[in-house]
Amino acid sequence: MKRILAGLCLTTAMSLSAPAFAETKTVGVSIPAATHGWAGGMNYFAQEAVKRLEATYPDLDFVLATASDPAKQVNDIEDMVATRNISALVVLPFESEPLTGPVKAVADAGVWVTVVDRGLSVEGIEDLYVAGDNPGFGRVAGEFVAGALPEGGKVVVLRGIPTTIDNERVEGFQAALEGSSVEILAMEHGNWNRDKAFEVMQDFLSKYPQIDAVWASDDDMSVGALAAIEAAGRKDVKFVLGGAGMKEMIARTRDGDAMIPANVTYPPAMIATAIEVTALGLVSSAPVSGRFVIGSVLVTPENAAQYYFPDSPF
Amino acid sequence: MTAPLQPSSPPPAAFAPRRRISMTVVGPILALILLAALGAWLNPNFLSAANITNVLARSAFIGIIAVGMTFVITAGGLDLSVGSMAAFIAGLMIMVMNAALPSLGVGIPIVLLGMGAALLAGLLAGLLNGLLITRLGIEAFIVTLGSMGIYRSLVTWLADGGTLSLDFQLRSFYQPIYYGGIFGVSWPIIVFGLVAVLGEIVMRSTVFGRWCAAIGSNEQVAKYSSVRVARVRLATYVMLGLLVGLAVIMYVPRLGSASASTGLLWELEAIAAVIIGGTLLKGGFGRVWGTVVGVLILSLIGNILNLTDLVSPYLNGAIQGLIIVLAVILQREGKPGA
Repeated sequence: MKRILAGLCLTTAMSLSAPAFAETKTVGVSIPAATHGWAGGMNYFAQEAVKRLEATYPDLDFVLATASDPAKQVNDIEDMVATRNISALVVLPFESEPLTGPVKAVADAGVWVTVVDRGLSVEGIEDLYVAGDNPGFGRVAGEFVAGALPEGGKVVVLRGIPTTIDNERVEGFQAALEGSSVEILAMEHGNWNRDKAFEVMQDFLSKYPQIDAVWASDDDMSVGALAAIEAAGRKDVKFVLGGAGMKEMIARTRDGDAMIPANVTYPPAMIATAIEVTALGLVSSAPVSGRFVIGSVLVTPENAAQYYFPDSPF
Repeated sequence: MTAPLQPSSPPPAAFAPRRRISMTVVGPILALILLAALGAWLNPNFLSAANITNVLARSAFIGIIAVGMTFVITAGGLDLSVGSMAAFIAGLMIMVMNAALPSLGVGIPIVLLGMGAALLAGLLAGLLNGLLITRLGIEAFIVTLGSMGIYRSLVTWLADGGTLSLDFQLRSFYQPIYYGGIFGVSWPIIVFGLVAVLGEIVMRSTVFGRWCAAIGSNEQVAKYSSVRVARVRLATYVMLGLLVGLAVIMYVPRLGSASASTGLLWELEAIAAVIIGGTLLKGGFGRVWGTVVGVLILSLIGNILNLTDLVSPYLNGAIQGLIIVLAVILQREGKPGA
């Protein structure tokens, strides 16, 4: 035991002294704060990736900053460049427009830039772009709904916060339903929020005597919609299709809950992909520039187990 | 009891220097009736028992808080922290109940424990706001802006950025507090009604209500009339904190969860409801029944917009803003430039 401890101390000492010999590179990671479920998951996976990489590559340093608004994020990035002399920046922009200028300035200074999920408003700034597939997210959901209601049916849609992301998803969904006999009764913004989704769903249930399915488009909104349906005691709603893969919902799909027959992924872990690939580019000669689009996958009872992450907060 | 302020003047009019029947009284009610008529005309389901229950029950959280806010604003204060405070207390209550589950099991005691924890947390949070404002003399706006950020961060931290969820069995047991009721009236509506009636009585017919108005209209005069300004003002914040706790008791059984997005903007909705109801934002005059009407107006707008396809959902916020401003204009008759 003592010898193991001594060994541990020695390796720690070595890894501590390593920066003195090898050239240490610092990677800045700037992400929005955990203000809703998906962002909470994203924060978790970012921290996990940083922890893993710091252990794996002793000559890589990481600075992780979370911002609650775009202005704070700009400050974070400026601080990273000014005080930490970062070699690479991994950024998930809070909003595209306000972050474009500051991130471009970082790129112009010769720092490697990886942009995640939300693209900047000018193309060609970033060296690597890692993103989810929003039109695909909507398309996969639409295809599932069309397949699940072969005789046709009436569907209501809960939309997210009005953004490009939401628009792309809804367009993908509508495109996938074209030609099928599924009718979209109404779409209303539930803002990716449980309470808002609960109220909107209650009102949909008052408004329409027959609803066959709900595309909640997000698992936080599924929670609200399911509670509203349950409280109203309505048996006509056959299923609620959420999205983004909240662990509780994945578990219910895995266990064969008929109300939640499937899910569509939009993994918050894409931030980990971005950090890992950026680190790979710094420590090896493997080329990593370009675009990395993470597909949205349909989760069914058969494959749900592999999308269940018990430790993630989302 | 020391008699405050000019006992010779006619009591009810003392702090309501307005004409008896004027638009200030009729305005909010008129707006509510117009909205209800519009809703009924646009969608026959609007007046169904289920829809009315939905709207009243979902108004209850903001409504209970807004009644407390009426007192705070009447006494010349403001509380921006109530939304975050509600989220924090909801998170705390869920954690307390989950933690006590192994020892207490599912049953009445654990629900009572949760309720007690929520009320206690509300009381302490209100006390903290109140003490900072009255003892240290910091602006209410700044104190509660600070505590708003603190509680919002705390709930995010407690939930580790995700969502705090009540144990599933416990939630099923506790659920009837939101969805159940007696004689077809659900509990949130009953509690909201009781709070509103009690609030109206306290505001109108008790010394405390008059003290609030006196402090709000002129703090110095109130002080010289031997009103214990700091103590009364502190009491308004404590009462508001308790009511936030009560609102959370009604809120948690609905979805059984709390996250960083719980109670977002509740403070502004509560303040808007108070002002629509005819309470003066600068203090000195408060009307609890008006606040209730204000809360109902706000939730009716959302409900009607969902029940109809009149406007693009992108414009919902604009319609809401428009109706809020219109409702306030309706009651400004006879006070141009005020």
